[in-house]
Amino acid sequence: MPTSTQTTESGPTGPSSEPEAGQQMPSSKPDGRAPKAVVRPGDRIFSAATLIAGILILVILAGVALFLLAQSKDTIEAQLTDPSQITGGKGFFSYVWPLVIGTLISAAIALVVATPFALGIALFTTHMAPRKLAPVLGYVIDLLAAIPSVVYGLWGIALAGNLTGFYLWLSQWFGWIPIFAPAADGSVSQTGRTLLTASLVLSIMILPIITSLTREIFLQTPRLQEEAALALGATRWEMIRMAVLPFGKSGIVSATMLGLGRALGETMAVAMILSPGVLTASLVVSGNQTIASEIAQNFPEAAGLRLSELITVGLVLFVITLLVNMGARAIVARTSVKGS
Amino acid sequence: MSKQIDIKDLDIFYGDFRAVDGVQMQIKPRSVTAFIGPSGCGKSTVLRTLNRMHEVIPGASVSGEVLMDGNNIYGAGVDPVNVRREVGMVFQRANPFPTMSIKENVLAGVRLNNRRLSKSEADDLTERALRGANLWNEVKDRLNLPGSGLSGGQQQRLCIARAIAVEPEVLLMDEPCSALDPISTLAIEDLINDLKDKYTVVIVTHNMQQAARVSDKTAFFNIAGTGKPGKLIEFNETSSIFSNPDKEETENYISGRFG
Ligand SMILES: Nc1ncnc2c1ncn2[C@@H]1O[C@H](COP(=O)(O)OP(=O)(O)OP(=O)(O)O)[C@@H](O)[C@H]1O
Ligand SMILES: [Mg+2]
Repeated sequence: MPTSTQTTESGPTGPSSEPEAGQQMPSSKPDGRAPKAVVRPGDRIFSAATLIAGILILVILAGVALFLLAQSKDTIEAQLTDPSQITGGKGFFSYVWPLVIGTLISAAIALVVATPFALGIALFTTHMAPRKLAPVLGYVIDLLAAIPSVVYGLWGIALAGNLTGFYLWLSQWFGWIPIFAPAADGSVSQTGRTLLTASLVLSIMILPIITSLTREIFLQTPRLQEEAALALGATRWEMIRMAVLPFGKSGIVSATMLGLGRALGETMAVAMILSPGVLTASLVVSGNQTIASEIAQNFPEAAGLRLSELITVGLVLFVITLLVNMGARAIVARTSVKGS
Repeated sequence: MSKQIDIKDLDIFYGDFRAVDGVQMQIKPRSVTAFIGPSGCGKSTVLRTLNRMHEVIPGASVSGEVLMDGNNIYGAGVDPVNVRREVGMVFQRANPFPTMSIKENVLAGVRLNNRRLSKSEADDLTERALRGANLWNEVKDRLNLPGSGLSGGQQQRLCIARAIAVEPEVLLMDEPCSALDPISTLAIEDLINDLKDKYTVVIVTHNMQQAARVSDKTAFFNIAGTGKPGKLIEFNETSSIFSNPDKEETENYISGRFG
């Protein structure tokens, strides 16, 4: 309200009435309307470009979702009319849930193994390593991220053979924990190509992403905060605990969630390493399967309903990933530092 | 609870650059000493060598001695962490830990020394430190809220409370009021006056009235030109620095004439 009365005053009554009138911008029109913001072509182009990019992402995402849904039609029909048609003979859900569990377990193990190492490496390179060594380590970590997953797969197969002894040892000493339980005859996988091997390789694959993201975050710790801790007599580790980690908390969460996303969706390495089988609690005997690997291994020969099934499984993975990312956003929003 | 500082032949380098040259100074316990001088003359540099904070900067080094009650803090085997526990520091910009509550901020330094505090000890210490920093009445009802929610002046006093909670021997302040309004500045100047009953205080300031108001002794640093090392020109009772300084350079600076 007050603005409208002011504008009617300042315009027609002329410059004599108010000192402000003389200070008005020359571009303002005599009718007293507020001057329009100047539009610069650069700004226009930029905002249009960002808008297009933003819309494009949504369109692609929606396109993928629609494609998956459309291709899932046969499966959904089969599920509704005659569930026994679906692989396994007991309907879609009993087919997919072992895959979901396998996927989640392998991704979770990968994350649990990789995160402490990634944080350790990131902290070492940013706050501990000699100043000459730190950038070299950074490059090496970034290089790890560029290795194609086929190479990790080959390496994982080689690794698997060497892990059998370790798995036998695990099953002998920790067999009472279900995840390390041996098979009924007391044996473990002869090839070592188990879900645990796949998970360990996954952990190495996601290590570089988590490391380089957290490294960037730790580098941005405000110098003032670090000095505040040091000036109180903090050791380097105490400084990290007081200033670096709290500052980086939300960043650490998003970095691990990106790593989790990669672990959930990783196909090639798991498909090469894991010799799939039915869902078992034990991670040291052969068995289990992940969604991405199931699709990769069966897609080449699939046709008709089987093809549609695999695509529906893909849809399930899509939804899981979406949920994980939304969960991560929620966590980040809750834990992010406000203020300086 | 308060130590004498003897600075002997202190040269300070950033890499190859000699930033400060040949400082000699004796700072008495339970006194306030002000460092004044033009920008870039090395006031902050000298201050930070008194608790070895300059070592945070890559390439920084010193030669010479800094004695705290006779013990060289640059002696062999002296851990800078222990030096900093005895020599507290307050920075130009208030830097409370943003994720910690007001109370946790005050206790942050004490917790570092791995001291286990009972709840009542923690409460007592918090109150004592906040009272010591003239902040208690303003924050006593919101001790568990984040320190970053306070005003700039309050945050700076919170940082002072955090520094005195560990009961240091010496308190260093680098332009603690430069980002504050006159009223908050006055509050902190009053506080410095109280603090000298217990601590040796060294303060860097660009504000001559402030130096004149709070300090017992004043050190005037100057620099001959860019790329030249800063030097201690005159170190004397504040009253004589501001009324009849020995050196013409000092007189020019405090009267606003340069060159
Ligand atoms: N981190 C650093 N690396 C290299 N040189 C530095 C660094 N910090 C300060 N110097 C140099 O040391 C000299 C003294 O700087 P210092 O910050 O101590 O000055 P000052 O008296 O505190 O100035 P001001 O009043 O502006 O704060 C300057 O020449 C400055 O360029
Ligand atoms: Mg300075």
